[in-house]
Amino acid sequence: MTTPILTAEAITKVFGGTHALKGVDFAARPGRVTALFGENGAGKSTLMKILAGIETPTTGHIAVDGEPVVFTSARAAADTGIVIIHQELSLCANLSIEDNLFLGRERITAAGAVDRKAERGAAAAILRRLEEEIDPRTLVGELRLGQQQLVEIARALLQDARVLIMDEPTSALSEPEVEVLFRMIRELTADGVAVVYISHHLDEALEIADDVVVLRDGSLVATAEADDVDLGWIVRQMVGRDSDSLFPDRNTELGDELLSITDLVVPDPANNDRLAIDGLTLRVRAGEIVGLYGLMGAGRTELLEALAGRIPIQSGEVRLAGELLRRESIRDRIARGLMLVPEDRQRDGLVQTMTVGENLSLAGLLTFVKRLFLSKSDEDTAVARTIKDVTVKTSSPKSPIGALSGGNQQKVVIGKALLTDPRVLLLDEPSRGVDVGAKADVFALMAEQAQRGLAVLFTTSEAEEALHIPDRLLVLARGRIVGEFRRGALTREDLMSASGGSVPHTGAPAGSPVKTGSSVKTGDAS
Amino acid sequence: MSTATTPPPTTERREAAASAAAQANRLRLLNVAFEARAFIALAVLVIVFTLLSDTFLTVTNVITMTKHVAINGILALGMLLVILKGGIDLSVGSIVGLSGVVAGELLGGVTLFGVIAYPPVWVVILVAIAVGTLVGAVNGILVTRFNVAPFIATLGMLYVARGAALLISDGETYPNLGGDPELGNTGFDFLGGDKFLGIPVSIYLLAILAVVFTVLIRKAPFGRWLYATGGNERAAELSGVPVKRVKARVYMISGACAALSGLIIASELTSAAPQAGETFELNAIAAVVIGGAALSGGRGTVRGTLVGAFVIGFLADGLVNLGVSTFWQILIKGAVIVLAVMLDQGQQRFQKRGAAAAAAAQTPPAQTPPAQTPPAQTPPAQTPPARTTQAPTGPAGTDESAKAPAS
Repeated sequence: MTTPILTAEAITKVFGGTHALKGVDFAARPGRVTALFGENGAGKSTLMKILAGIETPTTGHIAVDGEPVVFTSARAAADTGIVIIHQELSLCANLSIEDNLFLGRERITAAGAVDRKAERGAAAAILRRLEEEIDPRTLVGELRLGQQQLVEIARALLQDARVLIMDEPTSALSEPEVEVLFRMIRELTADGVAVVYISHHLDEALEIADDVVVLRDGSLVATAEADDVDLGWIVRQMVGRDSDSLFPDRNTELGDELLSITDLVVPDPANNDRLAIDGLTLRVRAGEIVGLYGLMGAGRTELLEALAGRIPIQSGEVRLAGELLRRESIRDRIARGLMLVPEDRQRDGLVQTMTVGENLSLAGLLTFVKRLFLSKSDEDTAVARTIKDVTVKTSSPKSPIGALSGGNQQKVVIGKALLTDPRVLLLDEPSRGVDVGAKADVFALMAEQAQRGLAVLFTTSEAEEALHIPDRLLVLARGRIVGEFRRGALTREDLMSASGGSVPHTGAPAGSPVKTGSSVKTGDAS
Repeated sequence: MSTATTPPPTTERREAAASAAAQANRLRLLNVAFEARAFIALAVLVIVFTLLSDTFLTVTNVITMTKHVAINGILALGMLLVILKGGIDLSVGSIVGLSGVVAGELLGGVTLFGVIAYPPVWVVILVAIAVGTLVGAVNGILVTRFNVAPFIATLGMLYVARGAALLISDGETYPNLGGDPELGNTGFDFLGGDKFLGIPVSIYLLAILAVVFTVLIRKAPFGRWLYATGGNERAAELSGVPVKRVKARVYMISGACAALSGLIIASELTSAAPQAGETFELNAIAAVVIGGAALSGGRGTVRGTLVGAFVIGFLADGLVNLGVSTFWQILIKGAVIVLAVMLDQGQQRFQKRGAAAAAAAQTPPAQTPPAQTPPAQTPPAQTPPARTTQAPTGPAGTDESAKAPAS
């Protein structure tokens, strides 16, 4: 095999309390696409950020062409030819496409001014290669998400990379755009560029890959040539055990209908011309766990945030245990028994300046008030009980929340919601950024709460979870439910085709399924 | 699979643990020093000034200085709440001037339906505080309802309140706020002039407010909501915290505190100038920051703020006492503020390191014998910083445990 351009040896990375990487070896070879697989929190993005100089490893070595290097910045890595396309867009919305493309590497004329003409020409050329005919003077903020992602890709291409790292480059791309991207990748590898590819769409990643690397829980668990493996093998390596042990079995006894949503329409808070939820109807009964599976942009988060009272609805009806919810605040909805565990723990779930205990009691605080003041003993008792119930591993309730691992932080957010004594629990991607062990705990918690008679509605973008956790799975695409399945009655292929919307499924409601941005290649999975 | 390193021999381990414990101890000591830095600064100030001047540490001088501190201290307590919320209140200095002017105007008589009425002093005080609260309410509405950045909203009210004070007074100073016995409105000078057991009333007011605020932010749900809003507004809102109400309240409280300060000043001088209180907002902010509060919100204490106010007050009066020129005083004050914030950054880095160390030490399950890390008392700094001393054992340990279910 060819000598790798970039090698990493025994890379470890410790964040706060979490070991994100535990001694990982990695190599990127010229002319080959290496696809990196792993669940959320497996360490894929961290590893890529280290290779691209954005993060520094806690221990371990990186070498380029056999020479050891220490990258102090992304710029330093880019100068040696290692370029990353970020998962999160890192564009300036207030600048034009061409300004973004050359940001920090402006072409300069002899007089020292920015060479607008050269930049515009190069920008137009690269956009044409990506088959995206947009005026380079357009503001990035005016582009739709998929186009912005292409600009991000174009920027990386302009840097003449020898190693090109793509972290979820297709999350907002449409199918034809993905095809163009794949063609570009093939051209690059033909020129001897090493490409590292990460995607949640496993089949898509396997399609483009030459080499396969699987990470689990911060460790490298398997490497193989793409031709030798199939999707099933990859999933087994990713999960690392039989799905049964991760997903608890349970008997469901359904009670009354606690949450009922009829013809709900929610405008997209980021773009008012678009509907995030477009006429959605669903019911959740006491004791039931309902899952919502959908790709990015399907409207999962918007639906839960609208139910929680965070974003306004346009029309439709939401009933909580039969009572109509109108314009109640988040606070009122919590008081009536509806609480959301948000997707982004750091941004929406936790107050980083407070302790574990203070975070836990925050939402249910008023239940500890006695004659104007907080009863410390009541609060402490409830906090201690919840820490035990949701199995948070912490040395003390007084520890700063940042000292906990991702999984334990997630348990704190869930515990906080349970302390409000909810009837309906909404969880947005409850397993995101949580390691495998804690994941099982989180699912067990959900099952336990359903057993106690709560109605549980959660979203997921991971097929394994969608297949095994919920009693009933709804597939969401473009703000509508395009498929409904009982547990055990569907396969991974059903899910892929329903969520991608490209293959009609018998389980899906009548009407032509909508096309969304995802490349689906069925038949790869065995 | 990465190769798991074999655990080091027991003696080596013990040594590593011991050195780690020693380092943890050093970390903890440093942390305590950081936490108490405002106190230490105050103590240093007192010692230095006492050595340099015979008249500094005398009962009368300390009382006089504390009286000065009270004015800024009351402003700073209001400011603390705003800063805890993650905001800033630039309008307090102007409210000081406005409330004095309102008091002066009322004590001079108000014409109602063609009759001149002379409201009693308690009414005057209540009205002046109500005016300050009202200005704060406007700040609050601008910030919560119209999403104006706190800096801009309160900067605007800085000018509006000052302009109002100048308009009401026509730019003149109210020379005599003593009142007239025949009109029944005497006694306004009690706020700034009267003493009880040899201590001026304003010092009692500061003490009472400090106690009330401590109880408010530590015992009442409002306080927890305040810290949560300042720490992470989005998370607080999703947890059902009435974020807007909390925000509006703190500006009102800050306005009321500023009005009280203005009354004390007017009472001390028995006169009210519309220019009173100019740049006082900056002294208040400085006191809060020196006291360890984070301008980003969510962190800060009443105790720290009080100490901060004392540092600023004692520094200013001590320098005057020594005869240092005003120009030097200004320069030194600026240096102290910057130094305080630099120390604050240092402390935050420190606490993060401590927390990371504590968590890293916890991660390998059941690998370390329990005797090494006492679980009963574990603030972050106590546990060894595994990052430097135990790096090889940590990851290897978790590696093994992760392997177990796979096989």
